[in-house]
Amino acid sequence: MRVPSSMGSDTLTDENAELYEGVLAGDHSALARLITTIENRTPGYRHLLSALHDHTGDAAVVGVTGSPGAGKSTLVDKLTRQYRNNDETVGIIAVDPSSPYSGGSVLGDRIRMGSTAGDMEVFVRSMSARGRLGGLSMATADAVKALDAFGKDRIIVETVGAGQNEVDIVETAETVVVVVQPGSGDDVQLLKAGILEIGDIFVVNKADMDEAAGTVAELEAMVHMDETSGAGVLGGHHAPDNTEMDASSGVDDDAGDTEDGWTPPVIQTVATTGVGVDELRGALDAHRTHLADSAEGARRRQRRAETEIRRLLRSDLGELAEDVLECRGGVEALAESVAQRETDPYAVVDELVDPLETAVLDAVDAEE
Amino acid sequence: MSADQTQRATRCLVAKVGLDGHDRGAHVIARAFRDAGFEVIYSGLHRAPEEIVQAAVQEDVDVLGISILSGAHNTLVPKVIEGLRSYDAFEDTLILVGGIIPEEDTAELKELGVAEVFGPGTAIEDTVEFVREHAGPE
Repeated sequence: MRVPSSMGSDTLTDENAELYEGVLAGDHSALARLITTIENRTPGYRHLLSALHDHTGDAAVVGVTGSPGAGKSTLVDKLTRQYRNNDETVGIIAVDPSSPYSGGSVLGDRIRMGSTAGDMEVFVRSMSARGRLGGLSMATADAVKALDAFGKDRIIVETVGAGQNEVDIVETAETVVVVVQPGSGDDVQLLKAGILEIGDIFVVNKADMDEAAGTVAELEAMVHMDETSGAGVLGGHHAPDNTEMDASSGVDDDAGDTEDGWTPPVIQTVATTGVGVDELRGALDAHRTHLADSAEGARRRQRRAETEIRRLLRSDLGELAEDVLECRGGVEALAESVAQRETDPYAVVDELVDPLETAVLDAVDAEE
Repeated sequence: MSADQTQRATRCLVAKVGLDGHDRGAHVIARAFRDAGFEVIYSGLHRAPEEIVQAAVQEDVDVLGISILSGAHNTLVPKVIEGLRSYDAFEDTLILVGGIIPEEDTAELKELGVAEVFGPGTAIEDTVEFVREHAGPE
């Protein structure tokens, strides 16, 4: 098939071109404004992203998820501190839910990110759902791109893990950390939460609490249950049909390997004091190395690209559908004819979609 | 290529600067702004002016609301404004100050670039209305 070329930076409006140059030059104000442009879906933002795309792909992108109050922000703060000590630059996107009633939101993750406050090399951006259905994951992925193009070494996406939206968001990351707090229920609760499937690394935070040992044991059991059954509860990120153990052990984990050679480690931390953060950083690096060395990294990149294409396509087709309705006299008139039983909804939609389908097929024919 | 719908939201930073630990007012404002449909970023307590500047720049807020009850506004507010200017972020940020500000200082703060000062007894609706009028979608 024909591969469309990038829209390039010369298609940008003057204003966007300025932002684009600014971001590549390392201007933090430009980065902030560019993210706003993307988030607001300001006309022309697609060209901006298309131009930026060329400059992405170098950053290590980590998703951190877990229930509210598990200690995600504090953990991210401590991790960031360590990266900064190592002279690495960090970009953080903190996602909070928005009020379903007013659409407004209070984004408080910045409060916990105090240990790097005042350091501009740590770029923290808070985002809310803004009532967009499924659109949040797109906005998050786009913001990750902006930080990546800017040249941040490490990018962390932090989000409350409670639903599909959040799962989508962390899937824009190459490594997913699931933070659990002690006493968050038995293994069935963990199963129900559904976030276990997406974890590459599990963290039991507040490990100085009494119930910590039990939670660790339960998580360990679930991780290893997955290993022995080959297609257990943790199959989400791995090839589900491959029940054979991979012989090439790429990881320094003596517990045995899952299909792709990675066993999610369970790490205990006390984020407030920084205990276990070293270990978490080590595990993150180990996973990154693992992805680079195994076929899994390429597989994930491929899948992310697929997801992104599908999402964009759906969103654009959705809007195209509105235009089509508008051209045919609006949905009210059509609905009326159905309500009066003059026609049926299936025939209506068939007639609306048919010309589109023909046009697409003709276009493909013309190319060949 | 399709023209997506623009999804603008008014972004506000509610900030506590300096050493005073009285944040009830800031919380009430944060909540009222949320209920008005704004995106509110809350800074937390005891922030240095540089931290407020960093947050305001990175979050690219339309509104910066600074709450000060310690009486140090004449020192802290100029520092914040100076910082915003250095990042070229002063012009497009609406700066509000809330708290205990003596009348004679109010004029001076406004001279510096503060859009409005809201003292005790201000109705929440007035604050929200002011933001709606002066910030947000340009």
